[in-house]
Amino acid sequence: MGNPVLGIKNLKKKFGDHEVLKDISFSVKKGEVVVVLGPSGCGKSTLLRCINALESIQGGEIFLDREKISGNVKNLHKIRQKIGMVFQSYDLFPHMNVLRNVTLAPEKAQHRPKEEVEKEAEELLHRVGLADKKDAYPRQLSGGQKQRAAIVRALCMHPEVMLFDEVTASLDPEMVREVLDVMLEMAKEGRTMVIVTHEMQFAKAVADRIIFMDQGNIIEEGSPKEFFEHPKTERARQFLNVFEFEA
Amino acid sequence: MDWNFIIQYSGLYKEAAFLTLRIACMGIFGSLILGLICGMIRYYKVPVLSRITGIYIELSRNTPLLIQLFFLYFGLPKIGIILESETCAVAGLVFLGGSYMAEAFRSGMEAVDSVQTESGLSLGLTKKQVWFYILLPQAAAIAIPGIGANVIFLIKETSVFSIVALMDLMHVAKDLIGLYYKTDEALLMLVTAYLVILLPISIIFMFLERRLRFAGSGD
Repeated sequence: MGNPVLGIKNLKKKFGDHEVLKDISFSVKKGEVVVVLGPSGCGKSTLLRCINALESIQGGEIFLDREKISGNVKNLHKIRQKIGMVFQSYDLFPHMNVLRNVTLAPEKAQHRPKEEVEKEAEELLHRVGLADKKDAYPRQLSGGQKQRAAIVRALCMHPEVMLFDEVTASLDPEMVREVLDVMLEMAKEGRTMVIVTHEMQFAKAVADRIIFMDQGNIIEEGSPKEFFEHPKTERARQFLNVFEFEA
Repeated sequence: MDWNFIIQYSGLYKEAAFLTLRIACMGIFGSLILGLICGMIRYYKVPVLSRITGIYIELSRNTPLLIQLFFLYFGLPKIGIILESETCAVAGLVFLGGSYMAEAFRSGMEAVDSVQTESGLSLGLTKKQVWFYILLPQAAAIAIPGIGANVIFLIKETSVFSIVALMDLMHVAKDLIGLYYKTDEALLMLVTAYLVILLPISIIFMFLERRLRFAGSGD
């Protein structure tokens, strides 16, 4: 694992008077998989949205490859090309087929040649088991297939960091697995990933590091083994107890 | 029913129908453009402009075209702006139609889930690209029924153009009734003329609506 790719320093985010993120600092190294856990409303999704500048921030700094990307940045779209994001709700473009969904941004935003992009898109789709769905429209896909296609769409931009915002939260249990498998595969390939999830078993399996958040603060940070077996804080113990009966 | 009369004067109606159509086309084209611009200003809540657009929309939707034309034709000359009849008619139609189209476009854009815009942005597309490739096609598909209704509404509104001295369909019918007292024939031709213009347009929009709905989400 190499140098820090993503750095977050004293990040603050408010919605009106409500402080959603109070003082968040952490960094992600190249090839590292960081899983962010925490109860609903603790600010994990907002954190991802701030990294991608979908939300304005009220304090602190965000760095990508040591370059500051928060505040008044020119060419925001250029920076976003380096950060891939997959959302909880299915966000494929419904008026385009799967292949077009994947090739649109590389062609229009990165100005790469059509043939090259299509070739890569087909390869990626093949790898996630969607080779035969490239001409299908999102409406014709299952939830799991949609999320896999959305992952491919983000990957085709060659991002340096991938952000996953509860990508399996609205899936049928049977489809969760197929999406998580794709993400596990990506982790093994050495992709840098920040994952927000409620799938504890998956978090344990995929994470290099766990970040536990509550009420806008990072409360605990450590290896999955440490966190799941010997949580340091009472809040984390409480949180993990909720999931206990699942095991 | 005097069929000879109908045949004799159908030429006048044809001419008037073309005039009505020509002005309607220009007016509708203008209101689509004005509507798209105003709809975008409203959707993106552009400061100041959004407020002004809001006032325009309320003013235009809540006053009759007849009064708007009076204002353009008889009011503006008082401050030294003299418009020709045709220009007045087109301007009136654009002023009226622009607000209806604006609302159709705005509600169409608002009906598209915001995650669509966000995922476009997060892929690194510029705001303009997101609008053009992602928002507009989906919004247009949603807005088509509303736009179709507006187009038909605007064409029907052309029936008040006679007050700015245009020889439109209504004007021809009123003249013929006044000259020859052939009320039945004149009105029959008037209704027929409007139907001949409007029915095909209705059908085109029905077809368009169905096609776009399928294009929007697969086959």
